[in-house]
Amino acid sequence: MAETQLFTPTTPEEVLETVRWAVAEETPLEIVGQRSKRSIGRPVEANHLLDLSKLTGITLYEPEELVLSARAGTPISEIEALLAANNQQFAFEPMDYGPLLGTEAGRGTIGGTLNANLSGPRRLKAGAARDHILGISAVSGRGETFKSGGRVVKNVTGYDLSKGLAGSWGTLSVVTDVTFKVLPAPETEKTLLLNGLDDHQAAEAMAEAMGSSAEVSGAAHLPEGVIAKFLDRALVGGPKTALRIEGVAPSVEYRVDHLTRLLRSHGVGDVLEAEQSCALWREIRDCHPFCDGTPSPVWRVSVAPMMGPRLVDTFRRAAGANAYYDWQGGLIWMRMESDPEAEVLRKLITHFGGGHATLVRAPESLRRQVDVFHPQPAPLAALSARLKEQFDPRNILNPGRMIQPASPTT
Amino acid sequence: MSGLKMPEPQAATLFRRAEIVADMRIIVPGEGVVDSEEGMRVFESDGLTAYRQLPLVVVLPETVAQVSRILKYCHDRNIRVVPRGSGTSLSGGALPLKDAVLLVMSRFNRILEIDYANRVVVAQPGVTNLGITHAVEHQGFYYAPDPSSQIACSIGGNVAENSGGVHCLKYGLTANNVLGIEMVLMTGEVIRLGGKHLDAEGYDLLGLMTGSEGLLGVVTEVTVRILKKPETARALLIGFPTSEQGGQCVADIIGAGIIPGGMEMMDRPAIHAAEAFVQVGYPLDVEALLIVELDGPMAEVDHLIERVSEIATQNGCTTSRISTSDAERLAFWAGRKAAFPAVGRISPDYYCMDGTIPRKELPRVLAGMRELSEKYGLGVANVFHAGDGNLHPLILYDANKPGDLDKAEAFGSDILRLCVKVGGVLTGEHGVGVEKRDLMSEMFDESDLNQQIRVKCAFDPNHLLNPGKVFPQLHRCAELGRMHVHRGQVPFPELERF
Repeated sequence: MAETQLFTPTTPEEVLETVRWAVAEETPLEIVGQRSKRSIGRPVEANHLLDLSKLTGITLYEPEELVLSARAGTPISEIEALLAANNQQFAFEPMDYGPLLGTEAGRGTIGGTLNANLSGPRRLKAGAARDHILGISAVSGRGETFKSGGRVVKNVTGYDLSKGLAGSWGTLSVVTDVTFKVLPAPETEKTLLLNGLDDHQAAEAMAEAMGSSAEVSGAAHLPEGVIAKFLDRALVGGPKTALRIEGVAPSVEYRVDHLTRLLRSHGVGDVLEAEQSCALWREIRDCHPFCDGTPSPVWRVSVAPMMGPRLVDTFRRAAGANAYYDWQGGLIWMRMESDPEAEVLRKLITHFGGGHATLVRAPESLRRQVDVFHPQPAPLAALSARLKEQFDPRNILNPGRMIQPASPTT
Repeated sequence: MSGLKMPEPQAATLFRRAEIVADMRIIVPGEGVVDSEEGMRVFESDGLTAYRQLPLVVVLPETVAQVSRILKYCHDRNIRVVPRGSGTSLSGGALPLKDAVLLVMSRFNRILEIDYANRVVVAQPGVTNLGITHAVEHQGFYYAPDPSSQIACSIGGNVAENSGGVHCLKYGLTANNVLGIEMVLMTGEVIRLGGKHLDAEGYDLLGLMTGSEGLLGVVTEVTVRILKKPETARALLIGFPTSEQGGQCVADIIGAGIIPGGMEMMDRPAIHAAEAFVQVGYPLDVEALLIVELDGPMAEVDHLIERVSEIATQNGCTTSRISTSDAERLAFWAGRKAAFPAVGRISPDYYCMDGTIPRKELPRVLAGMRELSEKYGLGVANVFHAGDGNLHPLILYDANKPGDLDKAEAFGSDILRLCVKVGGVLTGEHGVGVEKRDLMSEMFDESDLNQQIRVKCAFDPNHLLNPGKVFPQLHRCAELGRMHVHRGQVPFPELERF
């Protein structure tokens, strides 16, 4: 076996050169940025590391045009700081997996943001990374450079390969450049808390709030079992349901009033002012209650919002789990007591109308045995495999990360 | 483009037409198969009426099982298929082929489920865009993307074209409002992508399908997000002596952190045509007219409309009116909404283009268009989705004048080249279809296009679905699959290893 190598290209041309070498050698590459999400997925079966953390730089930022381009290895923290200085942001609110996975907070690259299709609480109103990517340049597993999309919001010219790479976890291409839509940051925010609702009552209340004209930009339910973990134990007295309102100050006031009246029968409680509200939603976003320094299994489950509490209830009859809800109940973060119980969980997801479960945290040995990403029905799995084949026919990019390879790689 | 070259019809298919028609009648009994010339005539073109072609046969299935059987039948016999929704495409996406079955989805016209708690509607693909809003508006909900053909265009066609509308900057395109689809592959296999939950698992095939112009699969069910109607909406009607000032005003509004629900600009010829048609009091002494609509909670709209008004004043507007009633707001829009027919009154024919540009390039592109207008001796009127940079130049010509259509098309192509040159794209919402097919290489090099075609190869390796659209040349998949490997040195060997 060849000597294990680390490649740290600083230009897209060097990325191309590296991939071409790997194609010629038929030797797989593991693609990393700042390695903040490296432990998500099955362990990659590759000898060599393609490290993009030196492929950096913001190449275009025009605030009035709402557009930003950067090299894939650019730290997300650097980009977010620049946006904040211009009162702008990524509206999809990309989460930071670092603390959950036992690495530092504040790491991660813009390329990783796209490849993991990150999002946050605002997902239910503003979409995920896939909804804000405008264009990319990339090197395919064939060792060829290609670009897709552009720098404008409205564009239907050709297939949207940029979206196609969102959530592909580096298994289709090595993205070298990205262009994202950016948006104004809200002037201020507040969070309305509802007290003492059980999971089902919370789902009803959140549905009512999301179905109102109050333009709620975050709807989460924090049950008794996790509530003490938030805001340094500042939230006391049972479960809390949190509804976030963002915008210009007069509008925020107006809508908090509107919601308070609308949800009077649902145990309306305190209102968190901007600073606390912001801190709370960051903790909800980053799965703070389960950032416990352990590798105990954590699931990220996406189902229809009203199904969330029913799924959790039924699941608990089979196995113990701690859980809380974002996205109006449709995103469930679950920490298992021991076994991930993948089969039970995935059967229930099918039973409750479909969705998916990703085992975002687990020890390496478990990630080898259990499907980390939700298994697909045969025709869909075959189509995905054909797509992979078209981008990476020799299976040299992150082999094994999303699905177990059909035949062992050399 | 008048010399449009479509794929050579397959003689074997034409030869077996009678047999294929008979087999289609077995799969779709009743009146779902149309093979008379008279009957097929209504399907010979879509919204791009310059091109017409009778199909091999028209089939209107009613069930997913029928769609699956039709596609499998055609797949097994190497017969081409062109899918069609309501046929409102402005780029010829549903233009029939002589040797292809035209698969018309209009009988899939039912709404299957309305789920207010999860804020979704599940619809069959033939339901119209506006039909979805109509089904939920009594509860105060609506479906956000609103292409101007929304009264007729189908939601399945919207998925195929990734349709937009005037509210894209704030509410997104179709791709941002569709949560799931059921679709049939060319093999007849039925797959589901996404659903009522967010983020489909695995590769974002839904993202690839949206805007794929009927080349990857046939959509048989769509799950869309519905939204509560904004509490209120108010509009400003602002006139500027120059398009530069209008453009700067747009930039300053966005720079101030305001994202209007809609922001439209018209140039002088468009203003004059619209005012002559609907008489809503548009100022006639301005070069650019801006309509800015703010929607949302009352307190917010009242607050922001004052700020927009100040920004307009700072940019030297010569007229500025704020709507004080819904009737007045709709009057502001009446001229813009009637812009296309209004232009139709001042010219025997017009040709509608659809490029998108970075907003700041508007003055440069308008100036370029004036030069081209002189060069070709044809007039042009402009309506512009100023919020998202989507430009709709309307080229005025007379189809009865020999050579005029060719000139209009050449003019249009030059405009799109200009859009690409300033950092924009060929099409913002109308699609590539056959219309812009041969311009694709202005924006993409061979390597870019080949990777797009490889996606096609994953879905439809024999190129049976909607051939002749989108790609100037559809290389054979086997050819594209070949790898050219150059063995070489380990790259940048001076760097660290472990």
